[in-house]
Amino acid sequence: MIAVIDYGVGNLFSLRSSLYMIGADSVVTSDPSVMERADRLILPGVGAFGDAMKKLRDSGLDRVIRTEAAKGKPVMGICLGMQLLFEKSYEYGEHEGLGLLRGSVIPMEGKIPAELKIPHIGWNALHLTRESRRFCHIGEGDCVYFVHSYYATDCEDSLIATAEYGRELTAAVEKDNVFGCQFHPEKSGAVGLNILRGFCEEDPQ
Amino acid sequence: MITKRIIPCLDIKNGRVVKGTNFQGLSDVSDPVSLAKYYSDSMADELVFYDITASAEGRALFTDVLCKVASEIFIPLTVGGGINTVEDFDRVLKCGADKVSVNSGAIKRPELIREAAQKYGNQCVVLSADIKRVNGEFRVFAKGGREDTGMEAISWIRRGVSLGAGEVVVNSIDTDGVKKGFDIEMLRAVCDAVSVPVIASGGAGSMQDFTDLFRAIPDIDAGLAASVFHFGQIKIPDLKQELKNNHILVR
Repeated sequence: MIAVIDYGVGNLFSLRSSLYMIGADSVVTSDPSVMERADRLILPGVGAFGDAMKKLRDSGLDRVIRTEAAKGKPVMGICLGMQLLFEKSYEYGEHEGLGLLRGSVIPMEGKIPAELKIPHIGWNALHLTRESRRFCHIGEGDCVYFVHSYYATDCEDSLIATAEYGRELTAAVEKDNVFGCQFHPEKSGAVGLNILRGFCEEDPQ
Repeated sequence: MITKRIIPCLDIKNGRVVKGTNFQGLSDVSDPVSLAKYYSDSMADELVFYDITASAEGRALFTDVLCKVASEIFIPLTVGGGINTVEDFDRVLKCGADKVSVNSGAIKRPELIREAAQKYGNQCVVLSADIKRVNGEFRVFAKGGREDTGMEAISWIRRGVSLGAGEVVVNSIDTDGVKKGFDIEMLRAVCDAVSVPVIASGGAGSMQDFTDLFRAIPDIDAGLAASVFHFGQIKIPDLKQELKNNHILVR
């Protein structure tokens, strides 16, 4: 069973529907005991890093996620949920993240050519930089749907995919049992469903 | 690099897809769920649903349709029509919409854009403008293109973006339904004025019209059309191939 963590940010309708579509048994929850029983966790999220982190801390879910991740349970962050996996973010100030991955999240502004629009919004091709089980059903150059204004940096040890937007932006990361996508697999058509499949399938023993 | 988006637009009345020429003479085309699925399978990059019903019953049918579409189709969905309050945003976002477009509602009360952007983020708020030339200037029309607001279009769009609109749909009433190409002059004026994504609407009649659009205005983000897609005059996979052949980046 997959626990989709509900901490009051973002719309979970499409994520729930897409998990249902691939036949994954999922539950949307903010209950730590459900998260403990689950086989996998998905941390979604849209909005501001600072607010989201505060909500996780206030509800104590930050500790639950850290504990479960430390046990080796697969954890997937999506969009802001991926950014939260890192050590810190510089979105409106400086905020501490979950610290499950090394690296930080910084604004795109000033780091990409000025003529490019921010947010980075739309379909962009994935460049797979490292082999990952999570991407076993997709291929180099497949397009996925992005909406973001900040990106993860200094995360070379977990980087598995980039997307080109004036520079190579972090598109997906994976370190041991912790996985994250900057893009929205639940909005990325068949490719997105195949990425969710790659996360939800049983790992080989 | 970001690909150019091709967006079929589905006008929904009482739970069915309709499309008129110059906004008049509506004709029933198809079932929204099967049409949406067809488009998603044929590599449409996004879908726009406009609710053109005025009644409460029609609105309830619309949200039912939206929920059904969103639970089976996993590409971005934009919803417009009858959006006047933040509660309206809430109503359609809960049914699986990703973006909400405001038109007459924002003309009546521009603060709606700011309120919605603050609550849901700029990326969620799309300003849709129906524009027509009147006495040599671009004029914004309200109520589905029936009412001249007297407002100059470019300054209205600039204002909408500064209030928090994260994307702009420009629908040229002058070219809508005529099928002789997009309104390049109008679209270029909007692209030059704002730095958020701009979606071209109104006038697509052939694949060449899309090629011409993306060639003439390299920073336009997307082309939107309805009847040419609904009646099968243009098949999206063919259009994507044609654009690729012309070195325009598509998914």
